[in-house]
Amino acid sequence: MKPKGVTRVFVQTLAVLLAIAYLIPVYMTIVTSLKSPEEINLMTAWRLPSKLNWAGYSVAFRQFAPYLKNSFILAVCATLLSAVMGSLNGYVLCKYKLPGGRAIMPLIVFGMFIPYQSILVPLFQFMQKTKLYGGLPGLILVHVVYGLPITTLLFRSFYQEIPDELFGAAGIDGADFFGIFKYVIIPLSGPPFLVVCIWQFTQIWNEFLFAVTLTRPDAQPITVALANLAGGQAVSWNLPMAGSILAALPTVLIYILLGRYFVRGLLAGALKG
Amino acid sequence: MKISRWLRFAIVCAAMVFVFASVAQAAVSGKLEIFSWWAGDEGPALEALIDKYEKMYPGVNVVNSTVTGGAGVHAKAVLKTRLLGGDPPDTFQVHAGQELIGTWVVADRMEDLTKLYEQEGWHNVFPADLVKLLSTDKGIWSVPVNIHRSNVMFFIPDNLSKWGIGVPATWEEFLKIAPDLKAKGVIPLSVAENWTQTHLWESVALSVLGPDKWEKLWNGELSWKSPEVIKAWEMFGDILEYTNADASSLSWQQATDMVVKGQAAFNIMGDWAAGYMTTTLKLKPGTGFGWAASPGTNGIFMMLSDSFGLPVGCPNRENAIAWLKMLGSRDGQDAFNPLKGSISARTDSDLSKYDAYLQSAANDWRSNKIVGSLAHGVTANERFMNDFATVMEIFLQTKNAKAAANAAEAVAIQAGIGR
Amino acid sequence: MIILPSIALLAIFVYGFIGQTLKVSLTDWGREAALALHPEISYVGLKNYHELFTGFLNMRFRQDLANMFFFTLAFVGLSLFVGLVLATLIDQLVWGETFFRTVFLYPMSLSLVVTGTVWRWLLQPRGGINVLPTLVGLPAGEFLWLSSREQSLVFDWSHILYYICIIVLVVMAFMAYGHHRRGERQQFRTKAVISAILMGILVIGVAGGITLLDYPEEHGFNKAIWGVVMAAVWQMSGYTMALYLAGLRTISDELREAARVDGAGKFQIYRYVDLPLLKPITVSAVVILGHIALKIFDLIFAMAGPDHVPTSVPAITMFLKTFRGNELAVGSSIGIILLILVSLLIIPYLANSFKTGEQ
Repeated sequence: MKPKGVTRVFVQTLAVLLAIAYLIPVYMTIVTSLKSPEEINLMTAWRLPSKLNWAGYSVAFRQFAPYLKNSFILAVCATLLSAVMGSLNGYVLCKYKLPGGRAIMPLIVFGMFIPYQSILVPLFQFMQKTKLYGGLPGLILVHVVYGLPITTLLFRSFYQEIPDELFGAAGIDGADFFGIFKYVIIPLSGPPFLVVCIWQFTQIWNEFLFAVTLTRPDAQPITVALANLAGGQAVSWNLPMAGSILAALPTVLIYILLGRYFVRGLLAGALKG
Repeated sequence: MKISRWLRFAIVCAAMVFVFASVAQAAVSGKLEIFSWWAGDEGPALEALIDKYEKMYPGVNVVNSTVTGGAGVHAKAVLKTRLLGGDPPDTFQVHAGQELIGTWVVADRMEDLTKLYEQEGWHNVFPADLVKLLSTDKGIWSVPVNIHRSNVMFFIPDNLSKWGIGVPATWEEFLKIAPDLKAKGVIPLSVAENWTQTHLWESVALSVLGPDKWEKLWNGELSWKSPEVIKAWEMFGDILEYTNADASSLSWQQATDMVVKGQAAFNIMGDWAAGYMTTTLKLKPGTGFGWAASPGTNGIFMMLSDSFGLPVGCPNRENAIAWLKMLGSRDGQDAFNPLKGSISARTDSDLSKYDAYLQSAANDWRSNKIVGSLAHGVTANERFMNDFATVMEIFLQTKNAKAAANAAEAVAIQAGIGR
Repeated sequence: MIILPSIALLAIFVYGFIGQTLKVSLTDWGREAALALHPEISYVGLKNYHELFTGFLNMRFRQDLANMFFFTLAFVGLSLFVGLVLATLIDQLVWGETFFRTVFLYPMSLSLVVTGTVWRWLLQPRGGINVLPTLVGLPAGEFLWLSSREQSLVFDWSHILYYICIIVLVVMAFMAYGHHRRGERQQFRTKAVISAILMGILVIGVAGGITLLDYPEEHGFNKAIWGVVMAAVWQMSGYTMALYLAGLRTISDELREAARVDGAGKFQIYRYVDLPLLKPITVSAVVILGHIALKIFDLIFAMAGPDHVPTSVPAITMFLKTFRGNELAVGSSIGIILLILVSLLIIPYLANSFKTGEQ
């Protein structure tokens, strides 16, 4: 039931206008990032740069390189770990009856909604006591733990759709728990694994509060570096704008290339109301 | 049980990483970790100090931990999480005065430096007013590396003559010329985000109270509800009438820019603004931009200072003491300050290394009455400063001097000012 | 066995730490020597909470709550509306669907810190969005996006309990009416009793002139919040769009066809077939966006800085109280208050979705 005639033109035009509105910040960011500091002026902010100045990028990249590396290590490790643990949890919680099983899932999922301000102080005390404070391993641990609720939830709702007969058949064939997991679950887990990984990667890459309170300077991820760059005494706006683009690039690329899965992650994350 | 084997493997790996990490730490004989919030424009000055230190002590590996951004809050958050867990850096940057004393000294986290002061003869070269601000009755707590002045008014001389006005010597004079400027479409005084308003307030209050009563305010002898303080708030309110409306979304540099571009006539800012205009905007001190003590504060030097202290239980105590010695030395101070755009805390510094603005500031430093700044942590502890932002907010919202004074009194009691 | 490590970790990191924070919030940790190795800490009961809600100096926290409340309303409302419009639009598109979907959704993948930094530049009072009209010859905008001090919807904090009472009362009465109409007598009676009690409290309170504070204290909807709302809606409306779009796609054409046979026009189909079927999605979206709004921190931190009271929210004040003011107990109290607010939203939702999920 697609519209025809005038409505069709109207709808299409409206979409184009809205798209422009949504792209305005990108335009502004790119334009500003390519200007030289002298050319950046509030009144002429919308104009294209008279001469391309890549200095913002080279400076930002040089400053950001170690933090980008931190972010990659952090996001990759934490994503994989939380995804693997989540899939095990999801499988167990979906197919086995546990004592108090009905209460377990809501209790786990609640963990993904809590405001982290309410656990921040004990968290850093704990990290200090366990000597995990300040470095990447500690931050990875924190992201894995607070990522477990969502990964468990996503995998569980996926495994619920696998018909029980499949497990039954494997059970008769004499496969034990890990056998079933290995021969039935893992081969089926490709797409959800991707969904979970994309979701977790974006979340962890973009996180700020833990990053700023739990790391020493040498282990800080990119979001903290960007906040420092933009919130410090920087006057020339080309630098934070170039920095923003560098910090955003990985997640935006993932999204553009694997957008389908990203949307699936979003939808699954919204629970099944 | 494949999984548990993996788990065991992971644990072993993790354990090995930790062992290696701790061995690696022990292997480097000398280490010195310096914690600061200096980066960007201020980075080179710190680098110069570190270079100097590494030349003097080649065996020591200096680790420069810098946490910037968030108006200094990030650095505080990181420092506090570290000390709470018993993991102090060897030495850390802190505003000299109550910001250090009220948080760290009362918590028994700092070592007394009186011996070091005596040993190095610093009592003879640091002004007594300054040492008093760094001390409690139990000791002296940090080594000042630089001095900034808070009560400075900046302007562009050419613009003033174009508008036919002089530099106001008092706030009353300012309020007389301000309406004219406003009529010409010039903002008489530019201000920026929240802290710069507190910064302006302290200059105004200093002019209304004078140096003696300003000090009494901080040792508890003068009540925050006294008529003089209320008058200071009223004066502050009158002055705010002549400032820009978009203040709170500007950085201090943008407020300085307004003066430079002729959109505003005056700006009250610490003398890092002189550094900004000289180095970044390439203006010549004296002709390109002019300065004076903020109205009504001539002959008074409201100071703030970055300093370094010695935390109790720091891992490399000897190296940290060597660092402090170097900071307090004439050479150290003269290496750092010309780059930072501040003056040496010592009265015997080599003035030829400093530019015109800094020379004038250094001369004032040697002759003026010295008082401490509120906005930059000298006179009040962190708790007071954090809540004073709320007091400021109450005033900006209500423009009621009495309400602000009452609130400030309540904050002072809660934060234990003058106790 | 396999899931025990996960469960143990979550038990400690979520519930254990919440308990710890709760414990700290009932103490006076934050007096003079707060950061000593073994600070003197004593139990003070609910004093911190009492201070936060009524203490003269905690005015900022109360304005934070107001900011958070209005931000949440505006942000969730607008995100739903914009998302619905975008989804409907895309559903009707003939070409370029993937392209437009990507464009509307890409802000979702950004860090809030990036969004904050970029929008801070866009919302500069003398540049960015405000000079946009001058490109087509119109006068520049004057609105102080993030720094305006104007307020609307001003209310007196000393009467806050009455406002809450009234809101709950209206909701209860509405629900009671619903139960009554459907003939659910048991539920109707419960809701009616609650309504009556609330009414009683209100009458007694107002008649007795009982107020929370001895003086009026005005708070309101800071207009500066609109800047933050705009950035947040830009970022999150793609999310609601994706949800609604998925919803629209699951509505079968037969259903619409049936409605058309019954003589419904296009708009009527949208109004009476599509929209009601999207209701469960709206509920999910409200909960997800609502809890994001209540926790908002990074965005405001990056956009306006921590000391910018017109746009401050409890999460930011918590950070400042804890790490700058050294008032760890007060910071913990704010953390717990945030947790309670989020729980009010989340727990009913979780209970509901897992109850239906198990069946």
